[in-house]
Amino acid sequence: MDNLQHIAPELLPILKQIADPEIPVLSIVDMGVVRSARIINSEAFVEITPTYSGCPAMDVIGDDIKKALEKAGFSSQVKLILSPAWTTDWITPHGRDALLKYGIAPPMNPDADKSALLGNKKVVPCPQCGSTNTVMISQFGSTACKALLRCEDCKEPFDYFKCLR
Amino acid sequence: MNKTLAAYVIQIADNNLILAQRLGELCGHAATIETDIALTNISLDLFGQVRSYFQYAASLTGAEATEDTIAFLRVENEYKNALLVEQPNTDFAYVIARQCFYDHFHLLFLQKLQHSSDETLRAIASKAIKEVTYHVRFSSDWLIRLGDGTEESHNKITQAVQDLWVYTNELVTAAPIEIEMADAGIGVNPESFRDEYYGALTSILNEATIPVPEQKYFQKGGKQGIHTEHMGYILTEMQYMQRTYPNMTW
Ligand SMILES: [Zn+2]
Repeated sequence: MDNLQHIAPELLPILKQIADPEIPVLSIVDMGVVRSARIINSEAFVEITPTYSGCPAMDVIGDDIKKALEKAGFSSQVKLILSPAWTTDWITPHGRDALLKYGIAPPMNPDADKSALLGNKKVVPCPQCGSTNTVMISQFGSTACKALLRCEDCKEPFDYFKCLR
Repeated sequence: MNKTLAAYVIQIADNNLILAQRLGELCGHAATIETDIALTNISLDLFGQVRSYFQYAASLTGAEATEDTIAFLRVENEYKNALLVEQPNTDFAYVIARQCFYDHFHLLFLQKLQHSSDETLRAIASKAIKEVTYHVRFSSDWLIRLGDGTEESHNKITQAVQDLWVYTNELVTAAPIEIEMADAGIGVNPESFRDEYYGALTSILNEATIPVPEQKYFQKGGKQGIHTEHMGYILTEMQYMQRTYPNMTW
């Protein structure tokens, strides 16, 4: 179940239209970056939290939210909050499916994650063929939130979204 | 109090800032594509944490201060980073040894800072610690791989560890401001985890089959603003745009 009670129903469809700049198949809502969105006296107040401290997408996301809300007739304020810290648990089930379809393996639980990244166990399913016969190439991938793995069966390299909890 | 707190927050962040700048120099130049990506990602994490610290420090300072003026417009002796992080990227072994020595300090430090009585520092620490956990894993893995690798990699990393060891003690030696902030419940006295720090390094060096240096003399000064000759070069490059085109923005 997607738990989206922290987002006002009038704002939800607008925010769902905004894509994560680095993973365009994912909306910022699916990413769990929107921590709250409320309407007070017909003004929208949105709180967002960064996935990683150095995530360069946050400024863009803030601007995108303001633009989208303005287009829908809301003046808005967007606030960046750090606490509680973002966790991959906040990626919605819909978001996990979208990642997988896009070719990015969604985050696993912390134990499996650690085994995979230390190369101790082959546990991350390949997003292309589903095989877990996969090996880690690099603990850091194309962005801070991903690692680079390779499938030994279909030979495709792929991104794995690291667990952050 | 705000002034002292701001100075303390800046000192915490300066370690990250200068190390992140050093790592940024490796963009496109690291040993392999994977290590290039990893080191620049670590740099990005550290810069991100710096932004949170500096934004907070700027809000405490008020007046004209912004995260950018704090980052770019101070003179050398106003930077309070430890000497370790300004040491050059001599070769990959030095990069890894420096990183490993810093990461283990950083993790232990953040574990304590998570319990600060200051809400903002608590929030930054809880966020940063998740990132630094990955940094520690990366640099420790590589230290072990190089030490326990070929004869050449073993010799190079042993040399790097020997040369940089002299800068480790400063990280876990408290400056007056750290003692003051720790006593106030806000900051961390790094001496409280010195044994743990050297314990962690020793166990990794053992696993890496690298002898643990035995020297008794250590360098210090960075926390007082007295830096090695490398610092001036770093600042020259880092501050160039703001010094040449004052107030320019992206
Ligand atoms: Zn496959």
